Amino acid sequence: MQQSNGYVIGFAVAMTVILGGILSFTAVSLNERQKKEVALDTKKQIMLSVLPEMSDSPKAKIAEVYDSRIQVIGIDGNAIDAAVLEKLDISKEWKKLKKNQPAVLPIYKFMSKDGNSVDSYILPMYGYGLWNDIWGYFALESDKKTVKGVVFSHKGETPGLGARIGDKEVQDRYIGKKIFVNGELKPTFMVKGEGKTGLPDYEVDGLSGATLTAIGLNEMVDRYLNQYKPFLEKGASAVSMAQ
Amino acid sequence: MSTETVAAKKSEALFSKRRKAIVTDPLDDDNPVTVQVLGICSALAVTSKLEPTLVMSIAVTFVIIFSNLIVSILRNAIPQRIRIIVQLGIVASLVIIVDQVLKAYLYDVSKVVGVYVGLIITNCIVMGRLEAFAMANKPYDSILDGLGSSFGYAWVILVVAFFRELFGSGTLFDIRVLPEAYVNNGLMTSPVGAFIIIGLIIWVQRARNGYVEEA
Repeated sequence: MQQSNGYVIGFAVAMTVILGGILSFTAVSLNERQKKEVALDTKKQIMLSVLPEMSDSPKAKIAEVYDSRIQVIGIDGNAIDAAVLEKLDISKEWKKLKKNQPAVLPIYKFMSKDGNSVDSYILPMYGYGLWNDIWGYFALESDKKTVKGVVFSHKGETPGLGARIGDKEVQDRYIGKKIFVNGELKPTFMVKGEGKTGLPDYEVDGLSGATLTAIGLNEMVDRYLNQYKPFLEKGASAVSMAQ
Repeated sequence: MSTETVAAKKSEALFSKRRKAIVTDPLDDDNPVTVQVLGICSALAVTSKLEPTLVMSIAVTFVIIFSNLIVSILRNAIPQRIRIIVQLGIVASLVIIVDQVLKAYLYDVSKVVGVYVGLIITNCIVMGRLEAFAMANKPYDSILDGLGSSFGYAWVILVVAFFRELFGSGTLFDIRVLPEAYVNNGLMTSPVGAFIIIGLIIWVQRARNGYVEEA
């Protein structure tokens, strides 16, 4: 059966319109819910950098802890305007940073249970791995020197290789590392190769087969810790003076 | 174009012998994964844990059944010259809908299987059934065919995932079943493990059915 050209073109046009209509309807009607899920997931990632034991808790509960114990401040130490915070997108700020434009650098303060003192500071990060974007939350103890925990995530690193930056086992290697050596900022560095022990305080064991992802990760950590340097040094000197 | 037109009699029983065969053949003798060796890429990619595998099975079942149904309804209207692109359009739309729904309701699972859900479009089983069956058969038969093929695919990848998660992580559906003393077999969490298990399944099945590859 051979149809006329007019029929073929008409069929193709009709199909495009109908399928396009169905797809845009689906996208629009699910958009609200998807945004909510993404927001919840972001809160979960932030919280897991300081409370890894909550990894199995329902997201609503994690969000509750987030809402009661997290305060967001800017790099100058003042609270960020609520309107700015609402629209804040770390990936967009990252693009500004790459062009050396001023960017909003939020700091998530994790307060102690009674709300009087800071338990830890969580620094959001964004960067590029081997194939696509990577991001993370770098939590420091209240001394601003010691790593409390990190959470990394990625869009499309190779499963089993680069994607391992999302594994808890790899992230735990950062715990307890120092980002200051003799008073100088020294961003934690992931070495090449895996299985090394006895690494200094500013290096973590690498990922075998994922050197390029690790390079992207190191670049991200380095860029952001340097951006946050004024904030980090302020606290660090205060602590050393107190000692 | 190869078609498997199955001659339909008038006023046939809803579950006649012929129709039962449409559903059961792909489960064993004509299994899409182990006999036709289609859809291997996703069978390797998603099967390291049971949960994403189950979601993938459901997604593939949904896509195969509905694309079979839609194409079968439209089979006399679809212009022959652009039939492949029409089939692709239908499959792609269904896959996008699945992806969007997962993102909205099963966000964590969608983070794991997200990449592969998109790849259902290129799963040879889907296009294969459309070309070989739905283009030449009635809607109801096509739904049965879709059921058979997707279950044939689903049971194989679920079995693979069962062994990979059990030996690779010591868990089933993320619940610990093997004692803590068990050392996880890293081979099983890598795609190599899936190759080995699929190979073993094919071996057992062919030994049992006496299937021999045609030269």
